[in-house]
Amino acid sequence: MDNFTTISSTIFTSFLASFVEIVEAFTIVLAVGLTNTWRSAFTGTALALIVLAVMIVVLGPILQLVPLTALQFVVGVLLGLFGMRWLRKAILRASGYIPLHDEEKAFREETEALSKQRGLGRADYLAMIAAFKAVLLEGVEVVFVVIAVGSTHGLTLYASLGALIACVLVIVTGLLVHKPLARVPENSLKLVVGLMLTSFSIFWTGEGLGVSWPGEDFAIVVFFVILSAFSAIAINLLKSSHSTLAKEQAL
Amino acid sequence: MTILRIIWEELIGMFIDDGALALFVLALIALVTVAIKWAGLDLLIGGGFLLVGYLAILAESVHRFAAKKRG
Repeated sequence: MDNFTTISSTIFTSFLASFVEIVEAFTIVLAVGLTNTWRSAFTGTALALIVLAVMIVVLGPILQLVPLTALQFVVGVLLGLFGMRWLRKAILRASGYIPLHDEEKAFREETEALSKQRGLGRADYLAMIAAFKAVLLEGVEVVFVVIAVGSTHGLTLYASLGALIACVLVIVTGLLVHKPLARVPENSLKLVVGLMLTSFSIFWTGEGLGVSWPGEDFAIVVFFVILSAFSAIAINLLKSSHSTLAKEQAL
Repeated sequence: MTILRIIWEELIGMFIDDGALALFVLALIALVTVAIKWAGLDLLIGGGFLLVGYLAILAESVHRFAAKKRG
Protein backbone atom coordinates (compact mmCIF):
# COMPACT_ATOMS: atom_id res chain seq x y z
CA MET A 1 0.00 0.00 0.00
CA ASP A 2 2.75 2.41 1.00
CA ASN A 3 4.75 1.57 -2.07
CA PHE A 4 1.69 1.95 -4.28
CA THR A 5 0.78 5.27 -2.62
CA THR A 6 4.31 6.61 -3.11
CA ILE A 7 4.71 5.52 -6.72
CA SER A 8 1.21 6.51 -7.84
CA SER A 9 1.33 9.91 -6.11
CA THR A 10 4.79 10.57 -7.60
CA ILE A 11 3.65 9.74 -11.14
CA PHE A 12 0.35 11.59 -10.74
CA THR A 13 1.90 14.77 -9.29
CA SER A 14 4.62 14.84 -11.91
CA PHE A 15 2.07 14.20 -14.67
CA LEU A 16 -0.35 16.93 -13.58
CA ALA A 17 2.31 19.59 -12.89
CA SER A 18 4.05 18.83 -16.20
CA PHE A 19 0.76 18.76 -18.07
CA VAL A 20 -0.25 22.33 -17.13
CA GLU A 21 3.25 23.66 -17.79
CA ILE A 22 3.52 21.93 -21.18
CA VAL A 23 0.05 23.20 -22.19
CA GLU A 24 1.29 26.77 -21.55
CA ALA A 25 4.51 26.22 -23.50
CA PHE A 26 2.58 24.55 -26.33
CA THR A 27 0.33 27.63 -26.71
CA ILE A 28 3.35 29.87 -27.37
CA VAL A 29 5.12 27.40 -29.67
CA LEU A 30 1.88 27.00 -31.65
CA ALA A 31 1.53 30.79 -31.92
CA VAL A 32 5.11 31.03 -33.21
CA GLY A 33 4.57 28.21 -35.71
CA LEU A 34 1.31 29.59 -37.09
CA THR A 35 2.30 33.28 -37.11
CA ASN A 36 5.94 32.97 -38.16
CA THR A 37 7.49 29.73 -39.39
CA TRP A 38 7.50 26.20 -37.97
CA ARG A 39 11.28 26.29 -38.39
CA SER A 40 11.52 29.12 -35.81
CA ALA A 41 9.15 27.27 -33.47
CA PHE A 42 11.05 23.97 -33.66
CA THR A 43 14.52 25.60 -33.45
CA GLY A 44 13.52 27.54 -30.31
CA THR A 45 11.96 24.43 -28.78
CA ALA A 46 14.99 22.25 -29.60
CA LEU A 47 17.45 24.78 -28.15
CA ALA A 48 15.41 25.05 -24.93
CA LEU A 49 15.26 21.24 -24.64
CA ILE A 50 19.08 21.11 -24.99
CA VAL A 51 19.50 23.67 -22.16
CA LEU A 52 17.06 21.66 -20.00
CA ALA A 53 18.95 18.43 -20.75
CA VAL A 54 22.22 20.11 -19.69
CA MET A 55 20.55 21.21 -16.44
CA ILE A 56 19.43 17.63 -15.74
CA VAL A 57 22.89 16.22 -16.57
CA VAL A 58 24.55 18.74 -14.22
CA LEU A 59 21.99 18.56 -11.39
CA GLY A 60 21.52 14.77 -11.35
CA PRO A 61 25.02 13.77 -10.16
CA ILE A 62 25.13 16.67 -7.66
CA LEU A 63 21.90 15.47 -6.01
CA GLN A 64 23.28 11.93 -5.70
CA LEU A 65 26.07 13.30 -3.48
CA VAL A 66 23.62 14.78 -0.96
CA PRO A 67 22.70 12.49 1.98
CA LEU A 68 19.05 11.33 1.87
CA THR A 69 17.78 13.14 4.99
CA ALA A 70 19.44 16.40 3.90
CA LEU A 71 17.98 15.95 0.41
CA GLN A 72 14.49 15.33 1.84
CA PHE A 73 14.77 18.47 3.96
CA VAL A 74 16.05 20.69 1.10
CA VAL A 75 13.44 19.36 -1.33
CA GLY A 76 10.76 19.78 1.36
CA VAL A 77 11.71 23.42 1.89
CA LEU A 78 11.88 24.20 -1.86
CA LEU A 79 8.58 22.41 -2.48
CA GLY A 80 7.08 24.41 0.39
CA LEU A 81 7.96 27.67 -1.36
CA PHE A 82 6.97 26.35 -4.79
CA GLY A 83 3.77 24.53 -3.77
CA MET A 84 2.46 27.27 -1.48
CA ARG A 85 2.94 29.79 -4.30
CA TRP A 86 0.84 27.60 -6.63
CA LEU A 87 -1.79 26.97 -3.98
CA ARG A 88 -2.09 30.66 -3.05
CA LYS A 89 -2.55 31.66 -6.70
CA ALA A 90 -5.03 28.85 -7.30
CA ILE A 91 -7.15 29.89 -4.30
CA LEU A 92 -7.11 33.54 -5.38
CA ARG A 93 -8.02 32.53 -8.96
CA ALA A 94 -10.84 30.22 -7.86
CA SER A 95 -12.30 32.95 -5.63
CA GLY A 96 -12.19 35.57 -8.40
CA TYR A 97 -9.52 37.82 -6.90
CA ILE A 98 -7.14 37.23 -9.80
CA PRO A 99 -8.22 36.38 -13.35
CA LEU A 100 -8.30 32.76 -14.48
CA HIS A 101 -5.50 31.70 -16.80
CA ASP A 102 -6.87 31.65 -20.34
CA GLU A 103 -4.92 29.80 -23.05
CA GLU A 104 -6.92 31.40 -25.89
CA LYS A 105 -6.12 34.86 -24.53
CA ALA A 106 -2.43 33.95 -24.15
CA PHE A 107 -2.45 32.63 -27.72
CA ARG A 108 -4.12 35.81 -29.03
CA GLU A 109 -1.64 38.07 -27.23
CA GLU A 110 1.37 36.10 -28.45
CA THR A 111 0.03 36.01 -32.01
CA GLU A 112 -0.53 39.78 -31.97
CA ALA A 113 2.96 40.44 -30.63
CA LEU A 114 4.51 38.15 -33.25
CA SER A 115 2.45 39.70 -36.06
CA LYS A 116 3.78 43.15 -35.15
CA GLN A 117 7.34 41.80 -35.39
CA ARG A 118 6.73 40.21 -38.80
CA GLY A 119 7.84 43.27 -40.72
CA LEU A 120 11.11 43.51 -38.84
CA GLY A 121 14.34 42.08 -40.26
CA ARG A 122 14.90 39.89 -37.21
CA ALA A 123 11.37 38.44 -37.15
CA ASP A 124 12.54 34.81 -37.42
CA TYR A 125 15.07 35.29 -34.65
CA LEU A 126 12.53 36.99 -32.34
CA ALA A 127 9.97 34.25 -33.02
CA MET A 128 12.57 31.59 -32.29
CA ILE A 129 13.46 33.37 -29.01
CA ALA A 130 9.76 33.47 -28.04
CA ALA A 131 9.49 29.68 -28.50
CA PHE A 132 12.82 29.14 -26.74
CA LYS A 133 11.82 31.23 -23.70
CA ALA A 134 8.40 29.60 -23.38
CA VAL A 135 9.75 26.05 -23.48
CA LEU A 136 12.71 26.91 -21.24
CA LEU A 137 10.67 28.74 -18.58
CA GLU A 138 7.91 26.14 -18.37
CA GLY A 139 10.48 23.35 -18.77
CA VAL A 140 12.52 24.54 -15.78
CA GLU A 141 9.42 24.07 -13.62
CA VAL A 142 8.86 20.58 -15.06
CA VAL A 143 12.50 19.64 -14.35
CA PHE A 144 12.20 20.94 -10.79
CA VAL A 145 8.97 19.02 -10.12
CA VAL A 146 10.40 15.79 -11.58
CA ILE A 147 13.57 16.07 -9.52
CA ALA A 148 11.73 17.20 -6.37
CA VAL A 149 9.01 14.57 -6.31
CA GLY A 150 11.27 11.82 -7.63
CA SER A 151 14.65 12.19 -5.97
CA THR A 152 13.75 11.77 -2.30
CA HIS A 153 12.40 8.24 -2.74
CA GLY A 154 14.68 7.29 -5.62
CA LEU A 155 11.67 7.50 -7.95
CA THR A 156 13.04 9.96 -10.51
CA LEU A 157 12.33 7.44 -13.26
CA TYR A 158 8.64 7.24 -12.28
CA ALA A 159 8.44 11.04 -11.99
CA SER A 160 10.04 11.34 -15.46
CA LEU A 161 7.50 8.86 -16.77
CA GLY A 162 4.67 11.07 -15.50
CA ALA A 163 6.22 14.09 -17.24
CA LEU A 164 6.80 12.13 -20.45
CA ILE A 165 3.19 10.93 -20.58
CA ALA A 166 2.04 14.55 -20.08
CA CYS A 167 4.36 15.74 -22.85
CA VAL A 168 3.19 13.12 -25.34
CA LEU A 169 -0.46 13.72 -24.46
CA VAL A 170 -0.22 17.50 -24.98
CA ILE A 171 1.75 17.19 -28.24
CA VAL A 172 -0.53 14.52 -29.74
CA THR A 173 -3.70 16.38 -28.70
CA GLY A 174 -2.22 19.67 -29.89
CA LEU A 175 -1.28 18.25 -33.28
CA LEU A 176 -4.77 16.82 -33.68
CA VAL A 177 -6.73 19.96 -32.75
CA HIS A 178 -4.13 22.40 -34.11
CA LYS A 179 -5.13 25.16 -31.69
CA PRO A 180 -4.48 26.11 -28.03
CA LEU A 181 -5.74 23.52 -25.54
CA ALA A 182 -8.19 25.98 -23.99
CA ARG A 183 -10.63 23.29 -22.85
CA VAL A 184 -8.12 21.86 -20.40
CA PRO A 185 -9.36 22.77 -16.89
CA GLU A 186 -5.99 24.37 -16.21
CA ASN A 187 -6.99 26.38 -13.14
CA SER A 188 -8.52 23.38 -11.37
CA LEU A 189 -5.47 21.28 -12.24
CA LYS A 190 -3.20 23.96 -10.81
CA LEU A 191 -5.15 23.87 -7.55
CA VAL A 192 -4.72 20.08 -7.35
CA VAL A 193 -0.99 20.39 -8.15
CA GLY A 194 -0.56 23.09 -5.49
CA LEU A 195 -2.29 20.82 -2.95
CA MET A 196 -0.11 17.84 -3.89
CA LEU A 197 3.18 19.73 -3.87
CA THR A 198 2.38 21.33 -0.51
CA SER A 199 1.46 17.89 0.90
CA PHE A 200 4.79 16.50 -0.32
CA SER A 201 6.56 19.50 1.21
CA ILE A 202 5.12 18.95 4.70
CA PHE A 203 5.90 15.24 4.49
CA TRP A 204 9.52 15.58 3.35
CA THR A 205 10.43 18.55 5.51
CA GLY A 206 9.18 16.50 8.47
CA GLU A 207 11.05 13.37 7.33
CA GLY A 208 14.21 15.45 6.86
CA LEU A 209 13.86 16.53 10.49
CA GLY A 210 13.43 12.92 11.62
CA VAL A 211 9.62 12.83 11.97
CA SER A 212 8.12 9.35 11.55
CA TRP A 213 4.68 10.15 10.23
CA PRO A 214 1.86 7.82 11.35
CA GLY A 215 0.86 5.67 8.37
CA GLU A 216 4.20 6.51 6.73
CA ASP A 217 3.69 7.55 3.07
CA PHE A 218 -0.09 7.49 3.51
CA ALA A 219 0.35 10.69 5.56
CA ILE A 220 0.75 12.52 2.21
CA VAL A 221 -2.86 11.61 1.38
CA VAL A 222 -4.01 12.84 4.82
CA PHE A 223 -2.20 16.17 4.29
CA PHE A 224 -3.81 16.42 0.86
CA VAL A 225 -7.28 15.94 2.34
CA ILE A 226 -6.67 18.51 5.12
CA LEU A 227 -5.24 21.07 2.70
CA SER A 228 -8.13 20.45 0.26
CA ALA A 229 -10.73 21.04 2.98
CA PHE A 230 -8.89 24.18 4.10
CA SER A 231 -8.64 25.48 0.52
CA ALA A 232 -12.34 24.82 -0.14
CA ILE A 233 -13.28 26.85 2.95
CA ALA A 234 -10.86 29.66 1.98
CA ILE A 235 -12.22 29.76 -1.59
CA ASN A 236 -15.83 29.95 -0.36
CA LEU A 237 -15.08 32.72 2.13
CA LEU A 238 -13.06 34.72 -0.40
CA LYS A 239 -15.70 34.17 -3.10
CA SER A 240 -18.41 35.75 -0.96
CA SER A 241 -16.18 38.70 -0.02
CA HIS A 242 -15.25 39.13 -3.70
CA SER A 243 -18.87 39.13 -4.84
CA THR A 244 -19.65 41.77 -2.20
CA LEU A 245 -16.73 43.83 -3.51
CA ALA A 246 -17.94 43.40 -7.11
CA LYS A 247 -21.45 44.55 -6.13
CA GLU A 248 -20.04 47.62 -4.34
CA GLN A 249 -17.94 48.49 -7.39
CA ALA A 250 -20.97 48.09 -9.68
CA LEU A 251 -22.96 50.66 -7.71
CA MET B 1 24.56 35.55 -20.51
CA THR B 2 20.97 36.38 -21.45
CA ILE B 3 20.05 32.68 -21.23
CA LEU B 4 21.61 32.42 -17.78
CA ARG B 5 19.77 35.56 -16.66
CA ILE B 6 16.46 34.17 -17.95
CA ILE B 7 17.04 30.87 -16.11
CA TRP B 8 18.09 32.67 -12.92
CA GLU B 9 15.06 34.98 -12.93
CA GLU B 10 12.74 32.05 -13.60
CA LEU B 11 14.31 30.01 -10.79
CA ILE B 12 13.80 32.85 -8.31
CA GLY B 13 10.27 33.50 -9.58
CA MET B 14 9.43 29.81 -9.15
CA PHE B 15 9.84 30.06 -5.40
CA ILE B 16 9.08 33.67 -4.57
CA ASP B 17 5.90 35.39 -5.67
CA ASP B 18 4.53 36.85 -2.46
CA GLY B 19 7.73 37.75 -0.57
CA ALA B 20 6.02 37.63 2.85
CA LEU B 21 4.65 34.15 2.17
CA ALA B 22 8.12 32.86 1.24
CA LEU B 23 9.63 34.53 4.31
CA PHE B 24 6.99 33.07 6.66
CA VAL B 25 7.47 29.55 5.22
CA LEU B 26 11.24 29.77 5.75
CA ALA B 27 10.78 31.23 9.25
CA LEU B 28 8.31 28.46 10.20
CA ILE B 29 10.66 25.72 9.01
CA ALA B 30 13.61 27.36 10.81
CA LEU B 31 11.57 27.65 14.01
CA VAL B 32 10.40 24.02 13.91
CA THR B 33 13.96 22.86 13.11
CA VAL B 34 15.39 24.77 16.09
CA ALA B 35 12.59 23.52 18.37
CA ILE B 36 13.22 19.88 17.37
CA LYS B 37 17.01 19.87 17.19
CA TRP B 38 17.86 22.11 20.13
CA ALA B 39 14.80 22.45 22.36
CA GLY B 40 13.91 18.75 22.31
CA LEU B 41 10.40 19.23 20.91
CA ASP B 42 8.65 15.92 20.20
CA LEU B 43 9.16 15.06 16.52
CA LEU B 44 5.50 14.42 15.77
CA ILE B 45 4.41 17.63 17.48
CA GLY B 46 7.02 19.45 15.40
CA GLY B 47 5.53 17.86 12.27
CA GLY B 48 2.07 18.96 13.41
CA PHE B 49 3.35 22.53 13.78
CA LEU B 50 4.55 22.39 10.17
CA LEU B 51 1.07 21.45 8.94
CA VAL B 52 -0.76 24.01 11.10
CA GLY B 53 1.85 26.65 10.28
CA TYR B 54 1.44 26.12 6.53
CA LEU B 55 -2.34 26.52 6.86
CA ALA B 56 -1.94 29.71 8.92
CA ILE B 57 0.57 31.20 6.45
CA LEU B 58 -1.69 30.40 3.51
CA ALA B 59 -4.69 31.94 5.28
CA GLU B 60 -2.71 35.10 6.10
CA SER B 61 -1.42 35.45 2.54
CA VAL B 62 -4.77 35.10 0.74
CA HIS B 63 -6.51 37.24 3.39
CA ARG B 64 -3.87 39.98 3.01
CA PHE B 65 -4.24 39.92 -0.79
CA ALA B 66 -8.03 40.11 -0.60
CA ALA B 67 -7.94 42.91 2.01
CA LYS B 68 -5.56 44.89 -0.19
CA LYS B 69 -7.91 44.48 -3.18
CA ARG B 70 -10.87 45.63 -1.08
CA GLY B 71 -8.83 48.71 -0.14
